[in-house]
Amino acid sequence: MSELRCEQLRHVYSAGTPFEKVAVDCIDLTFPQGQLVGLIGHTGSGKSTLIQHLNALLTPTSGRVLYDGRDINENKFTRRDIRHEVGLVFQYPEYQLFEETVYKDIAFGPGNMGLDKNEIDERVTEAAGFTGIDRELFERSPLELSGGQKRRIAIAGVIAMRPSVLILDEPTAGLDPAGSRQLLENICAYRAETGSTVILVSHNMDDVARIADRIIVISGGNVFMDGTPAEVFADPEKLVSQGLDVPKATAIAMKLREYGVLPEGSVCTHEQLLAALSSLREVPAC
Amino acid sequence: MLKDITLGQYFPGDTIVHRLDPRTKLICVILFIVALFLAVNWTGYAIVLAATVIFMILSKISPKRIFSGLKPMLFIIVLTGALNIFYTKGTPVVEGWMITWEGIERAVQMILRITLLISGTFLLTYTTSPIAITDGLEMLLKPLKLIRFPVHEMTLMMSMALRFIPTLIEETDKIMSAQRARGADFETGGLIKRAKALLPILVPLFVSSFRRADELAVAMESRCYHGGEGRTRMKQLKFAGRDYVTLTLFVLFLAGMILLKRTAA
Amino acid sequence: MSEIIRFESVHYTYPGDELESLCGVSLSIEEGSFVAVVGHNGSGKSTLAKHMNAILIPDEGKVTVCGTDTSDQDRLIDIRRNVGMVFQNPDNQIVANVVEDDVAFAPENLGVEPSEIRNRVDEALTLVGMYEYRQHAPHLLSGGQKQRIAIAGIIAMKPRVIVLDEPTAMLDPIGRREVLSTVKELCREHGMTVVLITHHMDECIDADRMVIMADGYIAADGTPAQLFADPELMERQGLDVPETVKLMYALNKEGWDLPLDALGVEECAEVIRKAVGK
Repeated sequence: MSELRCEQLRHVYSAGTPFEKVAVDCIDLTFPQGQLVGLIGHTGSGKSTLIQHLNALLTPTSGRVLYDGRDINENKFTRRDIRHEVGLVFQYPEYQLFEETVYKDIAFGPGNMGLDKNEIDERVTEAAGFTGIDRELFERSPLELSGGQKRRIAIAGVIAMRPSVLILDEPTAGLDPAGSRQLLENICAYRAETGSTVILVSHNMDDVARIADRIIVISGGNVFMDGTPAEVFADPEKLVSQGLDVPKATAIAMKLREYGVLPEGSVCTHEQLLAALSSLREVPAC
Repeated sequence: MLKDITLGQYFPGDTIVHRLDPRTKLICVILFIVALFLAVNWTGYAIVLAATVIFMILSKISPKRIFSGLKPMLFIIVLTGALNIFYTKGTPVVEGWMITWEGIERAVQMILRITLLISGTFLLTYTTSPIAITDGLEMLLKPLKLIRFPVHEMTLMMSMALRFIPTLIEETDKIMSAQRARGADFETGGLIKRAKALLPILVPLFVSSFRRADELAVAMESRCYHGGEGRTRMKQLKFAGRDYVTLTLFVLFLAGMILLKRTAA
Repeated sequence: MSEIIRFESVHYTYPGDELESLCGVSLSIEEGSFVAVVGHNGSGKSTLAKHMNAILIPDEGKVTVCGTDTSDQDRLIDIRRNVGMVFQNPDNQIVANVVEDDVAFAPENLGVEPSEIRNRVDEALTLVGMYEYRQHAPHLLSGGQKQRIAIAGIIAMKPRVIVLDEPTAMLDPIGRREVLSTVKELCREHGMTVVLITHHMDECIDADRMVIMADGYIAADGTPAQLFADPELMERQGLDVPETVKLMYALNKEGWDLPLDALGVEECAEVIRKAVGK
């Protein structure tokens, strides 16, 4: 069981200049193995800075990031090795593809780990399977494929490193509804099969409410809320006050509660709202 | 990390130097450089130095800022000085040495010349935004249109380059992080290994730059761009009283330097 | 209302492609209306949009904008000044280093008098709520702000139609709200014709009309309420249905009797409130 943990993590950009900006302010967080975490917050809330700390792409101004109890910034080698354990897929990852063939591009990460050919081959095939990339595409140039396919290849390139934690920064941004639904299904299946921790940065509250075990809301460089979707969306007003969205089902439930139609209680998915309303009809109002 | 590089050395301000028309400043820098090369003796250098100091004071640019700008050039300045010390013939400082009194004098003058040259151009770029410089250039070079020199196209390219430099830096930063997240290593290894390691950055950067250029061209066409023909400008550059005064002063300054050189000869 | 854009069985194939991107599209857009165009990736939405300001010219068929055939090369500038286009990536459509200079770009191209450009720029920036940012450098603004600058750059051209090709795809929820309310205001308060291409079904709710594209055809065309009321159709096109409609549809299956045209959250809650008699 591996565990990723931030202790009093703080990051200041351009420290000591007039442009100084505290992006992450003393955050304590623990990500136990196997959780699917939804990370939400505005642009500029500090969430992008936070995720870049989780695989040592950034070095903390103060505080530590621990993987299995060990400081990941201890030296050059721990910083390199942590990137094999914590895979980070950036926003619009399709713009990082560079190899001549799809296969080679997915193999770039495992290749950097110094694995042998058979091992690489196995991992590429496995990663392509998880992301729904057809073997027939392996010898094609990634640049001539569609945007959705490119995105899958880029994600496969990170999965192929077999990280125990997979972080995805808005993996569905810009995809059409069917494409983004499919990709989320792939990610859920990947988690179920490998038991990896998945951290999903998203602006889509409906998606996060539906699939996450836990939601962390970041605001102003701090953890603003942290809990199960039911817990976080139990107080939708708090999210709205921060200018954040709530799932559509929660928004409807909020209105209905205001009208006195629904009793108090957390609603964050279509199914929950449907169930709550169905029960209304069964018990006729007296 | 790449974001920390300050690009364009413009320091906004509201001094008389900042308010001068960019065309005035461009012409003045040219006159200044000519004057500098006309300086042949200490009097000449003293006058040019005085002019530089006056402008530094007027523009409220601290000497510290000029010096920090000079730092990257330090090597060239020192080298030029050193060469002059050793390779000027004359009376040796100590009998048998290569170093001559004339050499020392020349070295000091050369160092002064380069330093003043760079400081003068710094005063332009520190007090004028890159966009204003581009606009000024376009207006100044306008007569070249008569000989079919593509003035508008050239200055548009310059200003677009300025517009996209920050965007491209940000993008490079992003791609580097993404590849490092995939275990790429840019810091270790020999020259060839390092050059090869750049491929995962350069290829995506090129691909996306081409895409950008393509999209930008369509967006510009959509906004009725069709070359410089019949184009107007919202911001018209206008000479004010201060511009005429400054230009007159600089012409007098140059004339003085010419006279000085004549009398010295 | 009068017709402002007309497609007559338009066919188009990109050079080098085998498949047609538009296969016989006919469409008529009325002046002052708000039309949303949706469809899966590669359905031909963007190709459709690019025909509206003569970036692309039909291989076969005809596109008429404000009475002008887009294949008339001499009228190109006229067509483009009447139909402004906003694209997905805000970074790739801002040309200048200062916000107000960028907004001035189109009127400058059109040879408008400098004093008149100044007026138009100030007006356009005020309309999108970015006037106080007029001296800023665009690359330091947020995505939503950049996109509003791009819209201001189009408004300054004083077009009759504004076509937006997935303007919110790269924005966060706040940016999306900013852009959307600006677009609605343009249509409702300034009488501009709006064509909005999007993947977000929620953005279509307020449109007068919704066009669904699929594989180069128009698969469906109607009011959002009409189209969303048919979840099977939406499903078939790989599109989402707003949660409001999905909920009411599911409740109706359980024997409720709700009208399916309450698309907004408040309307939906209102309808349910009435149904349970509170």
